[in-house]
Amino acid sequence: MSKAKFKNPVVKWIDHRLPIFSFMDHELNHYPTPKNLNYFWNFGSLAGIALVTMIITGIVLSMNYTAHVDYAFDSVERIMRDVNHGWLIRYIHMNGASFFFIVVYIHIFRGLYYGSYKAPRELLWILGVLILLLMMATAFMGYVLPWGQMSFWGATVITNLFSAIPLVGESIVTWLWGGFSVDNSTLNRFFSLHFVLPFVIVGVVILHLVALHRFGSNNPIGIDVKGTQDTLPFNPYYTIKDLFGLGVFLTIFAAAVFFFPNFMGHPDNYIEANPMVTPAHIVPEWYFLPFYAILRAIPDKLGGVLFMFGSIAVLFVIPWLDRSSVRSSQFRPIFKIFFWILLADCVLLGYLGAMPAEGIYVILSRIATAYYFFHFLILFPLLPYIEKTKPLPISISEPVLSGSSPASAFAFREKK
Amino acid sequence: MKAKPYWFKIKRFIIQSCTILFLFFSSQICFAAGEKITFPKIDWSFSGITGTFDRASQQRGLQVYKEVCAGCHGMRLLAYRNLKAIGYNDDEIKAFASENSVNTLNDDGEVVEREARPSDKFVSPYPNEQAARVANGGAYPPDLSLIVKARSDGANYLHALLTGYVDAPAEQKIPDGMYYNKYYPGKLIGMPQPLYEDGVEYSDGTKATPNQMAKDVTAFLAWAAEPEMEDRKRLGISVILFLLVLTLLSYLAMKQIWAPIKNR
Repeated sequence: MSKAKFKNPVVKWIDHRLPIFSFMDHELNHYPTPKNLNYFWNFGSLAGIALVTMIITGIVLSMNYTAHVDYAFDSVERIMRDVNHGWLIRYIHMNGASFFFIVVYIHIFRGLYYGSYKAPRELLWILGVLILLLMMATAFMGYVLPWGQMSFWGATVITNLFSAIPLVGESIVTWLWGGFSVDNSTLNRFFSLHFVLPFVIVGVVILHLVALHRFGSNNPIGIDVKGTQDTLPFNPYYTIKDLFGLGVFLTIFAAAVFFFPNFMGHPDNYIEANPMVTPAHIVPEWYFLPFYAILRAIPDKLGGVLFMFGSIAVLFVIPWLDRSSVRSSQFRPIFKIFFWILLADCVLLGYLGAMPAEGIYVILSRIATAYYFFHFLILFPLLPYIEKTKPLPISISEPVLSGSSPASAFAFREKK
Repeated sequence: MKAKPYWFKIKRFIIQSCTILFLFFSSQICFAAGEKITFPKIDWSFSGITGTFDRASQQRGLQVYKEVCAGCHGMRLLAYRNLKAIGYNDDEIKAFASENSVNTLNDDGEVVEREARPSDKFVSPYPNEQAARVANGGAYPPDLSLIVKARSDGANYLHALLTGYVDAPAEQKIPDGMYYNKYYPGKLIGMPQPLYEDGVEYSDGTKATPNQMAKDVTAFLAWAAEPEMEDRKRLGISVILFLLVLTLLSYLAMKQIWAPIKNR
């Protein structure tokens, strides 16, 4: 590590004893980043900013929230009506969850498209999937807190899934609830966990960043950085690019918060929870719909639960399921087609998750679920034996081997 | 390939991200559109990103609520003091509150009644849900504080519901205590038709047709559900203008910083 030179004597004094400034200079300023990253590489930093936004607004909300079945709903309405700008904080938090998932899902699909999960970034990917899992748990418990009808019935449906576990299922559900139904003790523990899990996410995000900075970012053509001619210092090139991306993101986010704050919510959640009245359709938040569709596609309860968790579990092992050594889809013509099919499949699952589980929707859910697992478990390992990949460029800054291939026109931000 | 790709990439990025966003949101839209009954679309003064509430309509709506709805429906999340936002002064609010009474404890610890104050929440017509059900043949008249937010396409739905009492088709059997409403899910509703021609007498001379009253009370209830709406939209416009300028500046800064790399 080259010793950074600081002019300020106080900074110098501190840095000599606690090299925090050298560390920041090294990891945020000089940090070598591939020069050809496209805008899909903005979503990592956006996810980080979304997480911080959620934590700050969440802490402020918790100062005014009451985790009790008799007061939770009214305390949220008090935030909306009587707390100064409480509506703003709450709408940011509420829509922030959706936007956090949008950003993270784009981030994940970017990783899938450009093969960012491949060696040597397997742990980076696994930590990312772990963050997704923690986010889902956090979001699920957060949705219960306003204690609306969907909060209550969503919590009832999802916690009941654990009753599918043979022998001990019922006992586990009782243990999760802290009673014999979703009730005050459930709400209290969900609030407690919803408060603490984001900080666990922060911890895993730090590990995610440490793993990222070990080998640096992957890039659109997916080949390793060969030397300094292939990279740029993170600052100012990517700080400014991230700032621009943040501006675009915040503009869209603000439009949702200020003009369509309830677009992604469900109207039933403005009806206070009532254990005696079941809503016509119990639907989870949109970001869970694909998983909900998989759950309902399987005719057996335990099977459905296993497939639903399996759909996330499979993500942990895809670095080893994909046997191809070529990372980027730009050089994998068949893989690329299937990538878009997978994306369409996930969107279809999301749509089906919102539909009632009957008729054609059930059949489509089964087909879409089957494809999801086919993609990872069969296509990923077998495709390399069939697929003829396109020739890879020598390096990020060298001319490509076959300059006429459409892939090369697609790939480069820098010109020669 | 030298000059064009930059814009080409931005365009592609925008198209791709829009596609992805659209795909994600479309499932929501499809879900919302899943309901079969369609309501007449009213051109509300408060719809759109610059829409505001119509004070006169809201005040007429409050009158409709007070004289028609409040017999059965509470609005427990609203305080009398909140009425300042729809154009009443302190004395009017005080007078309005004092028409109701609330229980309180006196110095001897006895439960006594006192006149409601502006700081009190709207007094509900029934002491509890059970009493409300008994008085309404088993049906529970829902609290109206959030009703516009708690129904899909709430304002249009409410207006449609209030004007949706029509003669039932011959084959439809109407059980005792139920009424036919073409916009209610299931068509049979426990609430009798609330709005009739000249059901209230508006002090501003507006003709009190059922349609007019339904619009007015919906405007009032839309405000009750989202009292922050005008502030929210006003702040939103400033925030977005600020963000657009910030984004433009950061875009220009980005272009400048990257220029030497691009043109190398």
